[in-house]
Amino acid sequence: MPPDRALSPTLLRWMMLGEWRARPSRVVLAIMAIAIGVALGLAVHIVNRSALDEFARAVRTVSGESDLQIHAVSPAGFPEGLYPQVARAQGVAMASPVVELAARTDTGGQFTLLGVDVLRAAAVTPSLIGRRPGADTFDSSEAVFQADALFLSQDAFQALGRPVGARVTVTAAGRSAELQIAGTLPAAASGQALGVVDIATAQWLFGQIGQLQRLDVRLQEGADRARVENELGRLLPRAAELVTAETEARRSDNLSRAYRVNLEMLAMVALLTGGFLVYSAQSLSVARRRPQFALLRVLGLKPRGMLRQVLIEGAVLGVTGAGLGILLGVGLAALALNLFGGDLGGGYFAADRPRLVFTPVAAVVIASLGLIVALAGSLLPALEASRAQAAVALKAGAGDAGDPRRAPMPWISVALLGAGALAAFGPPVGGLPLLGYLSIALMLAGGVGAMPWLARVLIRPLRRLRNPAPPVALAVARLWGAPRQAAIALCGIVASTSLMVAMAVMVTSFRGSVDEWLVQILPSDVYMRIEDATGGGIPPEVQARIAALPQLEAVDFRQEAPLRLAPDRPAVRLIARELDPATIKEVLPLVARADIPVGAVAAWVSEPMADIYRLKAGQRLTLPIGSGGTTQVWVAGIWRDYSNQFGAVALDSDDYTRITGDRLRSQAAMDLASGVRPRAVAEAIRELLPPAVARQTDFAEPRNLRAVALQIFDRSFAVTYALEAIAIVVGLTGVAATFSAQTLARRKEFGMLRHVGVLRRQIVLMLATEGALLGLVGAVAGLALGVAMSQVLIHVVNPQSFHWTMETRLPWGLFTILTLALAVTSAGAAVLAGRGAVSSAAVQAVREDW
Amino acid sequence: MPDALPLSLSGLTKSLPGGRVLFQDLSLQVRPGEIVAVMGESGVGKSTLLNLIAGLDLADSGRIEISGQALDSLSDDVRTALRRDNIGFVFQAFHILPHLTLAQNVALPLVLAHAAQREALERADAMLARVGLGGRGGDFPAQVSGGELQRIALARALVHRPALLLADEPTGNLDPQTAERILDLFSTQVRESGAAAVMVTHSERAAAAADRILTLTSEGLVAAHAA
Repeated sequence: MPPDRALSPTLLRWMMLGEWRARPSRVVLAIMAIAIGVALGLAVHIVNRSALDEFARAVRTVSGESDLQIHAVSPAGFPEGLYPQVARAQGVAMASPVVELAARTDTGGQFTLLGVDVLRAAAVTPSLIGRRPGADTFDSSEAVFQADALFLSQDAFQALGRPVGARVTVTAAGRSAELQIAGTLPAAASGQALGVVDIATAQWLFGQIGQLQRLDVRLQEGADRARVENELGRLLPRAAELVTAETEARRSDNLSRAYRVNLEMLAMVALLTGGFLVYSAQSLSVARRRPQFALLRVLGLKPRGMLRQVLIEGAVLGVTGAGLGILLGVGLAALALNLFGGDLGGGYFAADRPRLVFTPVAAVVIASLGLIVALAGSLLPALEASRAQAAVALKAGAGDAGDPRRAPMPWISVALLGAGALAAFGPPVGGLPLLGYLSIALMLAGGVGAMPWLARVLIRPLRRLRNPAPPVALAVARLWGAPRQAAIALCGIVASTSLMVAMAVMVTSFRGSVDEWLVQILPSDVYMRIEDATGGGIPPEVQARIAALPQLEAVDFRQEAPLRLAPDRPAVRLIARELDPATIKEVLPLVARADIPVGAVAAWVSEPMADIYRLKAGQRLTLPIGSGGTTQVWVAGIWRDYSNQFGAVALDSDDYTRITGDRLRSQAAMDLASGVRPRAVAEAIRELLPPAVARQTDFAEPRNLRAVALQIFDRSFAVTYALEAIAIVVGLTGVAATFSAQTLARRKEFGMLRHVGVLRRQIVLMLATEGALLGLVGAVAGLALGVAMSQVLIHVVNPQSFHWTMETRLPWGLFTILTLALAVTSAGAAVLAGRGAVSSAAVQAVREDW
Repeated sequence: MPDALPLSLSGLTKSLPGGRVLFQDLSLQVRPGEIVAVMGESGVGKSTLLNLIAGLDLADSGRIEISGQALDSLSDDVRTALRRDNIGFVFQAFHILPHLTLAQNVALPLVLAHAAQREALERADAMLARVGLGGRGGDFPAQVSGGELQRIALARALVHRPALLLADEPTGNLDPQTAERILDLFSTQVRESGAAAVMVTHSERAAAAADRILTLTSEGLVAAHAA
């Protein structure tokens, strides 16, 4: 005989295969639950990874082979005198100056216009060198030096819709010029709408003489990078900053990190729901096989052998589900990339069809999570199987092993719920709301664990019913007397319902708050905006003529520009508009304010900016604007803003002009005179604007802006809704399967009831009552737990991820529908399963051993 | 210990959790090949006695030896291994696993003791032939009658050649004719195997198949009469 092991492989195989042969549908369901969870997790990860990869390729296209870049902190650029200083700096092999402007053509196409020094760019950023049609190498012919030659990337070609050789009118920085499309930029990454011209052309035609937006730097071989960075840092004016590959990568990562993490967490919700299904399937299987396991214990199987038996069964389910999930996940990712693009509707990345990037390590990690979830789902049933008293279990048969007189204790659940509540108060970890997610997981575990106790509490009043119909009395007695069985069915309902309710409350609250905010920040009749007004805008004399239009009752001209406050963070938005501290509450939705000291320049920062840069009302803030390079302002208040996730700072228009000298304005909010139509005002204003600016100007009414904003909101939450729906379908399938399994396991009980005179339809009614009651208990528990979890999403996860706050709004209509749907689904599933069980021979059922 | 008795009980006392004493100072020795029937009223503790002998329950005091090995000093794991290797069981409700074939059911004790699958199934088939079910090893329990199920249970109880066989109401679920045939088979097979057997029963006819009949009372085991 071989050495004594706890579990014989032959026994393991026989027991496992026998069980699977007997209940294949439940095995398939548990495997699919894990597979779907793994597939969603992997698909979301692959899509995120593919989008970031595409983003990095795009960055490489623009920065080429450069080792470092110097960027302007605002579109106004920095003086080109910096270029020779940088080129001469120790350790720098070559520097390539770049003018970078947002441009559009007379055909409406938009692209980024880069002005480069061809000879320098060929050495530092060769991907920005154009090629004429037919040329098989990068072009060094005179066409490249032609003053009006414009080379376009593939995406810019599509945006412009014009062939090589065509002449197009390009508008940038408020000026228009005619250029000839001379060729392509074959090395540009997809998703990048780029146009390249000679740098002198860009500076001359678009009013950028003496200004640059970028310097691409190549270091000498063997140069000490840190020392060069230090040296360059000393040379830089406030209008410029040094950007390394690392800070650029971190910024692109920061741009969408929270969104990606939230999507991945949501996908994990489906995996977690799958885990509850495995728990449900394994618990039922163990409960049904209790006498079988007891027999094995009597015949000599040790407790740890029993533990291993059930755990290995769970592991096989997990491994099979995870393997299948990897295949499904890759397919799902390919489909999602094709249908929705790299950000799944989030609006973070320009490239809309990134290439699929499969990372085996991530696949293994997510598949391992699937396995861990399956094992965790099997652990409690395995422990129960190994700890059961063999002699007692052999006599008791299948079903609830508990003594109906003993009330289930909720203390462990209370402890878990308390720990969950405590975790919600934790700070973000690495900028992510990981403790918030831990809080949700603990609450879920605590809530599900409390089900036997809660089921009793909620069922107790029904036991006092006087003269209930026999089926109702039987149903109530069963639910009260076998609370663990009820809890197993309930855990799937509660897990999926609470997660769905939490998400629904969060999205409803968010949408409602955004809607309310839109109404508050869009009080005017018409809004005007110049698209891509880099360096351009409406001059003061035109502003005066517009203000004098009889169709207008009032007009507030505004300016907006990106401001880079930290090299590794996305730029914040600087907004200049009429802001009077006395009436500020009427124009900005303030959440905090402070008195303004005499002589201080007041600035109102948005909630995300205050959160990201740790600002409070009543403190000083240095902005990189003004003739001296910086200006100190006073944070006079914090306002709610959902439009700039990375922050915005608002200054009064007069202060802005005084500090920056910029009198141009790119936006306006207008109140119309009585009876004037918006279209008439738009036409009158276009007449007054310079033609190049008029072409870039759009007009919109608040209701249209609001509709577009909500449309964008719904689009970015579309994937959220889809992931949530999948989690619910998985959960509801589990509910149906659980009822079906429990009902089938009770055939003997039905047979006995039929023997003592209970009618077939009374048994069906009893099952319907049980199902409906369980559905209702599940709905009540799921709603309560879901609303609690939604508060963590609203007050912890969202502020820590996106720096947004919102007020709770409860979707009562959805709650009602959900409660009814759960009761009906549960009752229906119980009845459908029950009809099959009741129709089998009652006599045979009673005589069955198990 | 080749000369040790298959079963030896001395000074055994057992009470229920509520304090009621089931029996005290109970002693019993069973020789190889001997069948002992234990009778008594319901609730007197017959099944509890079997559980104590099997190591599934613990006595308040006293000593239980299986093939010379005292159970009271052993850990649960060692008691389990001792049970697996030295004891066979026959139950009133048969307890045949429905999703295993008849041969697999019979082979369970061998498989639990880590016998090779092929050897275990061969021995199971041979054992099935001894109880009159030769050639049916591939059938499933749903294809056989109640009497046949008990034959399978008997085959399973003896397949690993245990020193002691414990039977709890082995004919309780069978009609008189089938019960008669099973009892014949039981006594023949036990004697042929050389094992000792303790059979708990309410049935006078079943008890008649034993070499000794004892009645369990709160004072212990009282000899009824020799069979």
